[in-house]
Amino acid sequence: MELSRRDAIAALAAVGIGTGGVALYRSDVFDDGSTDGEATLDDPVDTMIALATVVYPSEVSGIDEFVETYVVGRVEDDETHERRTVQALTHLEGYASDEFGDSFVDLSPDERDAVLRDLGIQSARPNPDGSDVERIRYYLVNELLYALFTSPTGGELVGHENPPGHGGGLDSYQRGPDA
Amino acid sequence: MAVDDSKDRSPSERVDVCVVGAGPAGALTAYSLAERGHDVVILEAGPRFSFEDRLRRMEYSLRPAHDGLEVWEMGGDRDAYASTGPLDYPLNDVRVKGVGGTTLHWLGYVPRYHEKDFEMESRYGIGEDWPISYDDLRPYYAEVEREMGVAGAEDNPFEPPRESPFPMDGFSPSHSDSLLVEACEELDITVHSIPQARNSETYDDRSPCVGYGTCIPVCPSGAKYSADVHVAKAEAEGARVIDRAPVQRLAHDASGERLEAVEYATPDGETHRQEARQVVLACGAIETPRVLLLSESDQYPDGLANSSGAVGRYLMDHPLVMTFGTASEPTRQHHVGFSTSGTHQFYDHEEPTPGSFHIGFLNYAGPSPVAAALSNGDWGDSLVSDVSTEVTGHIGTEALVEQLPREENRVTLDTSQTDDHGNPVPEVHWSVGDHAIETAEAALEVQRDILETMGARVTWSTNPRSPASGSHPMGTTRMGSDPESSVVDARLRTHDLENLTIASSSVFPTGGAMNPTLTIGALSLLAAEHIDEDL
Repeated sequence: MELSRRDAIAALAAVGIGTGGVALYRSDVFDDGSTDGEATLDDPVDTMIALATVVYPSEVSGIDEFVETYVVGRVEDDETHERRTVQALTHLEGYASDEFGDSFVDLSPDERDAVLRDLGIQSARPNPDGSDVERIRYYLVNELLYALFTSPTGGELVGHENPPGHGGGLDSYQRGPDA
Repeated sequence: MAVDDSKDRSPSERVDVCVVGAGPAGALTAYSLAERGHDVVILEAGPRFSFEDRLRRMEYSLRPAHDGLEVWEMGGDRDAYASTGPLDYPLNDVRVKGVGGTTLHWLGYVPRYHEKDFEMESRYGIGEDWPISYDDLRPYYAEVEREMGVAGAEDNPFEPPRESPFPMDGFSPSHSDSLLVEACEELDITVHSIPQARNSETYDDRSPCVGYGTCIPVCPSGAKYSADVHVAKAEAEGARVIDRAPVQRLAHDASGERLEAVEYATPDGETHRQEARQVVLACGAIETPRVLLLSESDQYPDGLANSSGAVGRYLMDHPLVMTFGTASEPTRQHHVGFSTSGTHQFYDHEEPTPGSFHIGFLNYAGPSPVAAALSNGDWGDSLVSDVSTEVTGHIGTEALVEQLPREENRVTLDTSQTDDHGNPVPEVHWSVGDHAIETAEAALEVQRDILETMGARVTWSTNPRSPASGSHPMGTTRMGSDPESSVVDARLRTHDLENLTIASSSVFPTGGAMNPTLTIGALSLLAAEHIDEDL
């Protein structure tokens, strides 16, 4: 099942962002993500894409464009969200480097999954103001899942082409499952 | 989200009307009076919310990291309260303070009350009669349906007589409805559409519904009516709105027969007096009696407009009972956030008890995909498998149940706690009573019959002795012709103060079981007409 730019735009709409962001390039919005004394990110968007390849189900394709469009649009006019996203990514990157000996984007999918599980993301409470792990859950993992499951294609993964958060019109609720 | 602290919140020179509260009652009253050329000031305790922020509020509502109260910025010292009855009353879950009031997060169902709702004592020997009838209110119902924009179909054989079609076509039934309709046919239960203050087409320059599926607590498209619409219309007619201006008390003159001013606080710590020829309290069934009780004076030691002792008493709600089940086939929930079918067949009863209830078929039973995904914990392929299983096959019905007025159910002041301005907080004491329990049991039995007849496995139902609040507080400044037992008269003016009117569900002598907002709106337009005559 292929995610499209339309899906990304729909997901952006679900966080109150118009389509202006999709014309931007990643370099226009993210700085280099470096933080004194911490691991640095080569590219926040690449790290988010790498994370999405683990967080999203294997049957989903088109992840690169979807995530880039969504993430760039998401932070375009929201410096706080950008800063906190980068902080969470930096913590993820630091853990990957320290414990797995490589940049998160260069780890195998199984190793990326292991990073998340080792960090305790599975049981972490999503909290935008919480600990590093809670912020990873909120700003990274749940952010990606929110984008996916408020998009038409993400909804279709679970049999729902017009999921809450997506203004997909008034036809789908009247249709049966075989229509 | 940004709040403007710098605006001028000083009072206007003595105005014709000061309206307290910018929810549906205040907005419609203010608009009606401003349109007739009167100077109107609206005082609203909460902020003015930006329409552009609604999508972000929707995100908050869909992400489990955010508390439900966060969506409309409720809670904290401003909204502190105590719940002391046998049933917890979740006050801050059932109201919003801000321009638009509770309609910002309401579901938007707008049935009219039935004739019997106005005649409970005459017909059944229980409750109270209203001092007005359905026929008295009927033209105002039609007017408020046009003002709000109501979508509905004339397919309900149980509804009281109408004089004209609904302003918009109704919404078509859902796939989920079709599964329940078959069962209802077998049970000889007639199913029909539900009137909604939600645009099925462009209406009054507002969008048609586009299916965001988050009606409660926020409609990002503006298709669902909210009272900020009529606040804006009132402003266009010259009314002034002062937000973040909680009223502290009402001040009367030396005679004690007229109000002189409304005292309100502002974010800068100042307190102001807005003088007005007429005052309208329109701040719901909890804050309205609270303001009256806070306005005690030497002349009125038990609070203003309280010579009957009824201020704060007879609090009612609509106990909400639900039955859920699982079907063996996909039921397609959460494609919209509102119900499209139900039945009023059990509303007009013969015997006093069980009383009225009506049933709605849910289009949002069980978790939504995004809620299931974000609360699961896992990710990847296993998450999709879990979510698919979790969201499939849910079916549900809800029923609002009639509760009789009971003197012991009341709003008082809790002097052991104070709000952010040092005022005692409201203390809410709510219980349901035998009539409501028996009525709830009858509703639950019908719900179970419907689900079992459609072949669903019933998985959960409400305990009729501990129902949820239907989010419809009513009755705490009851209307009546006898000043000894009621707070306002048939035109909603207080018996005690000649220039104080109350526009709110607080004036309902009995509550019926219908969603109350259309009746609140109709009463508000009626009250405005009388105030206009006084001015």
